[in-house]
Amino acid sequence: MSTAVSAPETRPSRGPLTDLLTGGGPVRRALWLALAGLALFSIVRAVSGEEALTSSSTMSAALLLAVPIGLAGLGGLFSERAGVVNIGLEGMMILGTWGAGFAGYQWGWGAALVGGVLFGALGGLLHALATVTFGVDHVVSGVAINILAAGLARFLSELFYTDNPAGGGVTQSPPVSSKPPSFSLPVLSSGPDLLGDLEQKHWFLLSDLAGIARGVTSGVAIVTVLAVLLVPATYLLLWRTAFGLRLRSCGENPAAADSLGVPVYRFKYIAVIISGGLAGLGGVFLVFIAGIYRENQTNGRGFIGLASLIFGNWRPGGLAAGAGLFGFSDALQLRSRSAVVALLLLVAVLLAVLAVRQFLRHQLLVGGIAAVVAVAAFVGFLTIDELPPGIVSFTPHLTTLLVLSLASQRLRMPAADGLVYRRGEN
Amino acid sequence: MNALRRMGPALLAPVLAVVVALVISSAVMAALAVNPFDVFAVMLDFGDSPTQQVTAMVVIVNRAIPLFLAGLAVAIAFRMGLFNIGVEGQYRLATIIAAAAGAAISLPGPLHILVIMLVAVIVAAVWAGIVALLKVTRGVSEVISSIMMNFIALGLASYLLTGPFRGSPEGASIISTAEIPESGQMPGLNGIFGALGLANPPRQLYGFLLIAAVVGVVIAVLLNRTRFGFDLKASGMSPSAASASGVNARAMVVKTMLLSGAVAGLIGLPDLLGNTHSYTTDFTAGLGFLGIAVALLGRNKPVGIAFAALLFAFLDRALVPLQIADYPSSVVTIVQGTIVLAVVVANEIARRVARRSAERGTAAPAGGPPTGNGGTGPAQTTPPGGTDERQGAQA
Repeated sequence: MSTAVSAPETRPSRGPLTDLLTGGGPVRRALWLALAGLALFSIVRAVSGEEALTSSSTMSAALLLAVPIGLAGLGGLFSERAGVVNIGLEGMMILGTWGAGFAGYQWGWGAALVGGVLFGALGGLLHALATVTFGVDHVVSGVAINILAAGLARFLSELFYTDNPAGGGVTQSPPVSSKPPSFSLPVLSSGPDLLGDLEQKHWFLLSDLAGIARGVTSGVAIVTVLAVLLVPATYLLLWRTAFGLRLRSCGENPAAADSLGVPVYRFKYIAVIISGGLAGLGGVFLVFIAGIYRENQTNGRGFIGLASLIFGNWRPGGLAAGAGLFGFSDALQLRSRSAVVALLLLVAVLLAVLAVRQFLRHQLLVGGIAAVVAVAAFVGFLTIDELPPGIVSFTPHLTTLLVLSLASQRLRMPAADGLVYRRGEN
Repeated sequence: MNALRRMGPALLAPVLAVVVALVISSAVMAALAVNPFDVFAVMLDFGDSPTQQVTAMVVIVNRAIPLFLAGLAVAIAFRMGLFNIGVEGQYRLATIIAAAAGAAISLPGPLHILVIMLVAVIVAAVWAGIVALLKVTRGVSEVISSIMMNFIALGLASYLLTGPFRGSPEGASIISTAEIPESGQMPGLNGIFGALGLANPPRQLYGFLLIAAVVGVVIAVLLNRTRFGFDLKASGMSPSAASASGVNARAMVVKTMLLSGAVAGLIGLPDLLGNTHSYTTDFTAGLGFLGIAVALLGRNKPVGIAFAALLFAFLDRALVPLQIADYPSSVVTIVQGTIVLAVVVANEIARRVARRSAERGTAAPAGGPPTGNGGTGPAQTTPPGGTDERQGAQA
C-alpha cells in the first residue's frame, strides 16, 4: 500500500519471526494485516454474537456502498495526482445522481450510467475551468461547486419532476426504468449454495470467510464488478503508461513537466474531467442501490471518498482498502443498529493495542488517552444494547475521522497538490 | 480620489461578479424555459403597502444577521488559511444544547440570555477545537475533519432532539425542545420604526442585531488592530515568515479555530432567542455553508461580509414569493452558487490585474489593492494542500 517503504532487501534481518511476518514487501504485509483483521472480526463476532458483523448480506451491502465511495476516491486520485485538490467531488457526485435519475427513468440503466458520468464530468469541467484557467484556490472552487451542485439538482428536479406523469417530485426522480443485470456464482453462492451453508454454521473464521465470499459473489451486478476492476485499471493507467507518468508529473512538479513538453494545462483539464466523471459514476451506483434519484442521496460520500484517498496515501490499492472500510461501516449502520455496538468492542481492542504500543515507546499522554477511550468503548459495549438512530447514522463519518486521526502520519501527497500552477510564474 | 482608487478594485470585483452571476443564472433559467426577468421582478417586488415593504426589509435584516455571523466565523479561519467547513455542525449542535440549557434554567432577564449565549459559544468552540487539535496533534486536514464533524454534530443533534432534550408531547408533528421561558427571550427592536416614522410591521426585528453589530466591531478590531490579528494574518500569508518571527503556528491554529467556533455558536441564536424560542426539527439549516459563500463574497472583511449577508438575505427573501408565483424557488440557490463561483474567479482576476499594474509601477505604492487576505478567500500564499496542511505540523 505504502509507497514510502524502502526496498526490503536492504534491511538487516530482524529475526526469523519478524522476517516471516514483515518480509516479502508490502503485499505480504497487507495480506497479514488482512488476515489479522479477519481474525479480529471473527473474534468480535463470536464474542458479541452479532452475526450481522460478517454476514453475507452485510458484506454485499458493504460492497454496494463501498463502490460509490471508491469511485469518488478514484476520481480524487486522478485529480490530485495531476495536482488539483478536489473538494468538489461531493458536488460532482450529486450531479451524477441527478443525471443518472434523469436518464435512467427515461431510457433505463445503461443511459443512467452515461447520464451520471456526463453530469459529473460537467462538474469536473467547471472545477478545471476555475482552478486551471482562472487559478482560483482549489478548495474554494470545490466548496462553491458543492453549493452550486446542490442548488442545481434541486432546481432541475423542480423543473422536470414536479407534474411529471412518470412520478417523482421536488426531491426525487421517477424510478429508474430497469435494473442492471446481476449474477451469482453457480454452486458456491446459488443453487446448492455451499458458501451459504458454511456461513450458517457460525464456525470461527471459516463462516466469516464464507460470509464475506458469499457477500461479494451472490447477486452482484456486472457493473459493480466492472467498477471494482477500475481500481487495477487506474493503477495500470497511472503507473504503467506514458500518459499516467505525464499526468502524475503535473502533480509533482508542473514546471519541470512543462519544460519537458508536457501540456500541463491540458493534462490537468483531462484529469479533473475524468475525476468528475468517476465521481458522477459513483453517484450512478447510489441511484442503482435505491432505484431512484433522491435528494441528499450522496450524504457526504464524496467527502468520504476523499478521505479514503488520503487514508490510502494517494494510491489505488490503499484507496480501495479505505473505501471497503467505510463501505463496511456504512452497511453495518444501515443493516443493524445492534451490530454497531459490536464495533465498539473492535475499537476497544484496537485502541488497547495502540495504548500498549505507545506506553512501550514512553508516549504516556497519547497512550493514556488511547487507554481511557478503549476502556470507555469497552464499557459502552457491555452496557449499550442498541444505539439510537441519530447516533448510528454517523458511524461511517466517525470511522473516517478515527481512521484518519490514527493513520494520517506517514502519508505523502503529490508534491504540487493544491498549488495553483501558472505557466511562467513558477 | 486616493481612497476611491484604493477602494476601486476591492469593490469592482464583487460587483462585477454579481453582475456576471446574474447574467449566467439568467441564461440558465432562459435555457430551461423560465423567464429570468419575471423571476427578478418577483425578487424585487416588496409589496404595495408601507407595512408590507417594511415587513420585507425586516425579513431581510433578520435573515442577514445569522448570515453575517456565519460569514464572520468562516472568515476568521479563512484569514489564516484555515477552512472551517464545520460551521454548520458547530452552530446546530450549539443551538440545540443552548436551547435545552435555556429551557432548563430560570434567571433574571439579561443574565438568562447571557447564559444561553455562553453555552452556545462554548459548545461550538469546543466542537471547532476538536478539529484544531486533530490538525495540530495528528495532522488531519481540517477540511476533511470538519466535514466529518458536521455529520457527527447533525446526528448528535437529531439524537438529542428526539431523545433527552425532547420537550414536545409524544406524537407531535414537529419535534422540539422545551420552550425557553420569557426571561430568556430577546425582545425585538420594533420601537425604532415608530421613531423613524415608518409603519410598524407585524414581524419583530431581532434584538440580536445589536449583539451581531458589537461582535462584528470586536472581530474587526481584533483582526486589524491587535497583535493577535496581525499574527493571524501573517500566519495566513506566510507561515514560514510568521514562525520565523516567533509566532507559534500550532497554538495559532487552535486559537483561530476556537475563535471561529465561538462566533459560529452565535449563528443560531437570533432565530432561537428572537423567534422560535425552542430548537425544532425544522430549525434554520444550511447557514454554515452559506456562511462560506458570504465570507468569500465579503472578501473576509467584516464590512464586506455585512453587505454580502444583506445580498444573500435579499435573495433568500424571494423564496416564498417565488413559490407563491409558481416559479422554481431554487433559482435563488442557483444565483447564490453562481455568485460564489463568479466572485472567486473575479477576485483572482482582480488580484492578477492589480499585481500586473503594480509591476508596471503605475499604481501608487500604497494604493495596491489587498493581496492575500482579499484574494480568493484564504490566503494565496498558503497552498491548502501544502505539506504543512494535510500532513500537519508534527514537528
